[in-house]
Amino acid sequence: MNPPMIHREGPQADLLITRAHVLDPRTGLDAPHDVLIRGGEIAEIGEPGGLTAPEGAEQVDGTGKHLLPAFVDPHVHLRTPGQEHKEDLDTGTRAAAAGGYCAVVAMPNTSPVVDSAPILRSLRDAAAREARIPVGFMPCITQGMQGEHLTEMAELRELGALGFTDDGKPVRSAQVLRLALQYQKMVGGVLALHEEDPALSGSGAMHEGTVSALLGIAGIPSISESTMVARDALIAEYEEGHIHIQHVSAKETVQAIADAKARGVRITGEASPHHLTLTHDGVKSLDTRLKMNPPLRTEEDRQAIIAALRDGTLDCIATDHAPHARDEKEVPFEQAPMGTTGLETAFASVYTDLVLPGTLALPLVVERMSSGAAILGLDTPKIETGRRADVTLLDLSAEWTVGEDGYESRSENCCFAGRAFKGRVLMTVAAGSVAYRQRAFAVVEA
Amino acid sequence: MNLLSVEHDLDRARIERIVELARSFEEVAHRPIKKVPALRGRTVLNLFYESSTRTRSSFELAAKRLSADVVNFSASGSSVEKGESLKDTVLTLSAHKPDAVVVRTPWAGSSELVAQWSGVAVVNAGDGKHEHPTQALLDIYTLHKKLGSLEGLNIWIVGDVLHSRVARSNILAFQLMGAKVTVAGPPTLIPRNIEALGCEVRYDLDGLKEADVVYALRMQNERIEQPYLPSLREYAKQFQVNGRRLSPRQVLMHPGPVNRGVELSGEVVDSPQAVIATQVESGIVVRMAVLYEILEGAGSPRGAAQRERQLLA
Repeated sequence: MNPPMIHREGPQADLLITRAHVLDPRTGLDAPHDVLIRGGEIAEIGEPGGLTAPEGAEQVDGTGKHLLPAFVDPHVHLRTPGQEHKEDLDTGTRAAAAGGYCAVVAMPNTSPVVDSAPILRSLRDAAAREARIPVGFMPCITQGMQGEHLTEMAELRELGALGFTDDGKPVRSAQVLRLALQYQKMVGGVLALHEEDPALSGSGAMHEGTVSALLGIAGIPSISESTMVARDALIAEYEEGHIHIQHVSAKETVQAIADAKARGVRITGEASPHHLTLTHDGVKSLDTRLKMNPPLRTEEDRQAIIAALRDGTLDCIATDHAPHARDEKEVPFEQAPMGTTGLETAFASVYTDLVLPGTLALPLVVERMSSGAAILGLDTPKIETGRRADVTLLDLSAEWTVGEDGYESRSENCCFAGRAFKGRVLMTVAAGSVAYRQRAFAVVEA
Repeated sequence: MNLLSVEHDLDRARIERIVELARSFEEVAHRPIKKVPALRGRTVLNLFYESSTRTRSSFELAAKRLSADVVNFSASGSSVEKGESLKDTVLTLSAHKPDAVVVRTPWAGSSELVAQWSGVAVVNAGDGKHEHPTQALLDIYTLHKKLGSLEGLNIWIVGDVLHSRVARSNILAFQLMGAKVTVAGPPTLIPRNIEALGCEVRYDLDGLKEADVVYALRMQNERIEQPYLPSLREYAKQFQVNGRRLSPRQVLMHPGPVNRGVELSGEVVDSPQAVIATQVESGIVVRMAVLYEILEGAGSPRGAAQRERQLLA
């Protein structure tokens, strides 16, 4: 199998970060340290002020800042090929690096969809030229994402497919999902599932509840998601396969995952920053940036997702970064495409709305921001000597307004636009090289 | 000033002001020359993305009776069919410098977007299944005419509430005027959580006798195909407002067009209790009042009323 993650390799960093508060729950670091990166590797972790920059190394003053293991997002839409007016591998990975990410996994619902080896190969070639941070790809479960015939999963895996997904659509047929899970025994790779019953969702454009009743907009009921999750957990249990539930939005889904986990099913789940922090109340404004699938649901659903992320029923935070061009979103709500961007705001939104009020502990959030890696069989970033440097430096006290300086993403359909957040990424080192540096953030010595 | 929704733009005071203004326009319809110069030189643009003969012509007549110039723009046979977005259409039409835009579309919230993009006064003539505020106003006007006031009235709205913008606007507006609202219909056509709007929900007509006003909604054939209902026959059996269910003291309303034999039986449509024709008549004077209010009456209602007495004189 080819290495699954690819990017345009940059110069390997020689960098000394002094006196930053290093926080890595996995290695137990939670105190100010100096961290020396040499040739893209973490060479030394020392007492604050204890290390000196070797010849030619940059030095960065991390006093009052936090150095975290960089984040991994198992669920983004980079829109290449075919929809480069929304995003491409360069702008999408730039947005990711600006959000503190060192790796992202791109979904295959592009144009054409990624359902064959030649398309995956050309995408990987493009990533080797354009991606600023490592990108992995998940091709389709079914040909043409039509839900009928399996893709050539064995060949795709050989080429570096991380797993498979028809994200954007459910695998409607229980039999097709069963066949994919049988095939998984041979080829491996998690099946990431967008769970929705198309008949129950109908023409729905938002959560079915009090707000949809008021607006007269057709609703997407919670049972559209939860019934499919319950079904697929039973199929995965029967076939002893591994399924990963994308963007969980409803409390009933949380319950279905918890029940399946209790039975020993290999099921994992992700929570998006928007489902963790927003509800359908905001949709009263009919702001199309708040239109996504699955939709924002009730406060009760939001609380269930927070609790599930805390207790591990949901394993990781994933953005479902879904860029759309301005004119595509500047239409009446019911006509607008589903999706919000999220890479640049993920940490800050969760930090501001959940960590600062004391709802979630910072170490837990830091852990969940990269725990998607293990689900996909990727290395988890750790701050540890001898490891490739995948770190992000943040100023947790810095306040900023989303969108005021524009976005690194090509699109601006961010559900948090205009919000004042705390926690700003100053610098991201991905795969050993500096992938992002905030414009105003100065190097002490070069 | 705009009229985009009952929820955001109307309170009891504004509704009463519009009803008062409409009453003063009533006599224009009985003149040999049905016109006053109140909006002379003003341009009203009717922007309709859904086929609608009644509402559009009602707005058109209202504007013309106030001497405004009217341009009708309908989505079929226009640039819209060539793929132009709502925003581009609005920007293009704004270049014609209308003073007011009356807009109907199949999408909730679109009149608000038109208001943002055009920068002129906008009247919502129906946005998806969301709201239809002038219908609510003309229904209130009709009830004022018939019963004097809505205070304390018991109003039942019967039928396909799920797909009805008329229902949503009326549930809100009738309550603003002091009425108690009950919606009744098959559970498949009553939106989940509709009681959040303050109304009561019934799945049968057993208590219909307690209503002072029965407001029947139009049942569309598509609902059978979709299939919210097993058949129109079954719907009629359970929910048709007919001579057996309607008592003589009750007022019967319907937004039109009526499906005789489905939501209403023929005999009740033709009965003296039905005020369906009055609703249509009220539509014109209420829309005159709304157009006049948003174009001339902003700021000082008293000043406007004075000006208007002069104009009518």
